[in-house]
Amino acid sequence: MLLCKNISKTFYPGTANERRALSNVSLNMRRGEFVVIIGGNGSGKSTLLNVVAGAVSSDEGRVYIDKQDVTFSPEHRRAAVIGRVFQDPMLGTAASMTIEENLALANRRGKRRGLGSGVTRTERALFKEMLKPLELGLEDRLTARVGLLSGGQRQALTLLMASLRDPKVLLLDEHTAALDPKTAAKVLEISLQLVREHRLTTLMVTHNMGDALRFGDRLIMMQEGRIVFEASGAEKQSLTVPELVEKFVAVGSEVLC
Amino acid sequence: MTDIITGAVGLGLVWSIVTIGVWITYRILDFPDLTVEGTIVTGAATTAIMITHGVSPLLCLLISFGAGALCGLCTAFLHTRLKIPALLAGILTNIGLYSINIRIMAGTSNISLLGTRSLIDMLMTFIGRDRNVTTILVAGFGVIAVLSLCTWFLRTSYGCSIRATGSNPDMARSQGININMSKTVGLMLSNAFVGLGGSLLCQYQGYSDVQMGIGCIVIGLASLIIGEVLFGKSSTLHSLISVSLGAILYRIIIAFVIQAGMQATDLKLFTAITVALALFLPTAILQIKALRGRVTRRHDAAL
Repeated sequence: MLLCKNISKTFYPGTANERRALSNVSLNMRRGEFVVIIGGNGSGKSTLLNVVAGAVSSDEGRVYIDKQDVTFSPEHRRAAVIGRVFQDPMLGTAASMTIEENLALANRRGKRRGLGSGVTRTERALFKEMLKPLELGLEDRLTARVGLLSGGQRQALTLLMASLRDPKVLLLDEHTAALDPKTAAKVLEISLQLVREHRLTTLMVTHNMGDALRFGDRLIMMQEGRIVFEASGAEKQSLTVPELVEKFVAVGSEVLC
Repeated sequence: MTDIITGAVGLGLVWSIVTIGVWITYRILDFPDLTVEGTIVTGAATTAIMITHGVSPLLCLLISFGAGALCGLCTAFLHTRLKIPALLAGILTNIGLYSINIRIMAGTSNISLLGTRSLIDMLMTFIGRDRNVTTILVAGFGVIAVLSLCTWFLRTSYGCSIRATGSNPDMARSQGININMSKTVGLMLSNAFVGLGGSLLCQYQGYSDVQMGIGCIVIGLASLIIGEVLFGKSSTLHSLISVSLGAILYRIIIAFVIQAGMQATDLKLFTAITVALALFLPTAILQIKALRGRVTRRHDAAL
């Protein structure tokens, strides 16, 4: 479903700040596969997600989504098939707009935005149904401005927006890192529910090794712009946090959890 | 006395249209657009040259609206294609428009409408009321039209994508919105309203002058802030009504200040100080609150 072929990216080439963020990274994801990426700061995991989303253009390599070459397609066009949740809860929603307007914006992803009503009646009913299972009480506050919501509520809303219109790829970039532990657990639970329900092909970056082991079909460890370790299936299931920490130390990365 | 008030309300209504234009860029797009200082003159100049050549004043409104949109398009091009920062893009268009506006007015720096009949003159004879009341009717109708158009448009699907672009460009892009396009449409609409305001202003005051745009952005901002602070901004329609009332109130204040003996040439300084104070207001409130908190804590500690 998602194929990254030999992706390389260097920031600020030819200057004192030159930094090789990705070197020759390849990744192939099956339809419905859930891949978790871990790695230290500056290991290139966020850059990889940005290259897939089109927010950063790669120097070399190709990106294919559902066999279509999207390497040179601009971010807003690619967004039609990509759902994305950022680390910062403020980034995923428009604060000055209402809950239903935000959801409606996401519901028009990849469709023409014309002069019809911004939020239709059928959409309103659909959003109400979708918000109920979150158990955050948002279904009764459709016309409240998003700026009034807490970080956790905003992140849950962003998740819902990202999963609308069944994206071909869902990108979760440390999306629980900025939340308190209890809220993080709730948001993570909602993520897994949505991923399972829509069978989304998901790429999740996390700093939490426990989460990395518990969730996903495949685990990828990145270091200095390369994939240094991969585990899936039975091998991933038998891994423990101490073993993973050992791998981290072996590749010379700082331990984070 | 009544004359002063009706005169101020009429002129205020004309400025309401300009203020709504400023509101679209400043509040909705989060784009400090200085193009408007040139755009308002373009609207006036286009109308002046056409009326003196016998074009219908009603058609002039429409053409000035279009001319304004083109000014916005120019700034949008500089900003979205050539990647020039917002403030600079507006200033560049504004400076360029100075020469263009003189060209529009056939090489002169001002055109008088003496001896011609503007929309206001025509309606005056038709309804048989004085100039101020007629202006209120004409401009009031214009404001209602602009308000309705704006409220409707910003609630449409495309309008929502413009609001998202201003509120959170990262989010807008990740939801598949072409933010260059939505910025362009927003800037064109905003400047179109300013062009329309310029046309009405020209028909109201009976002349067009290449200097008439100076300080226009500050007057727009003053009206906008006065309106929002005094009348609130809970929704799109509410904000629009507030900023329109703000523009009227600003004109009434100015009329009284002049009546009280202030020199007309000191007005710009007065406006600048008003806007500076109004912009400082939210910070001032925070500082006063913080200070109060400190005093109460000290008081509690002493107890």
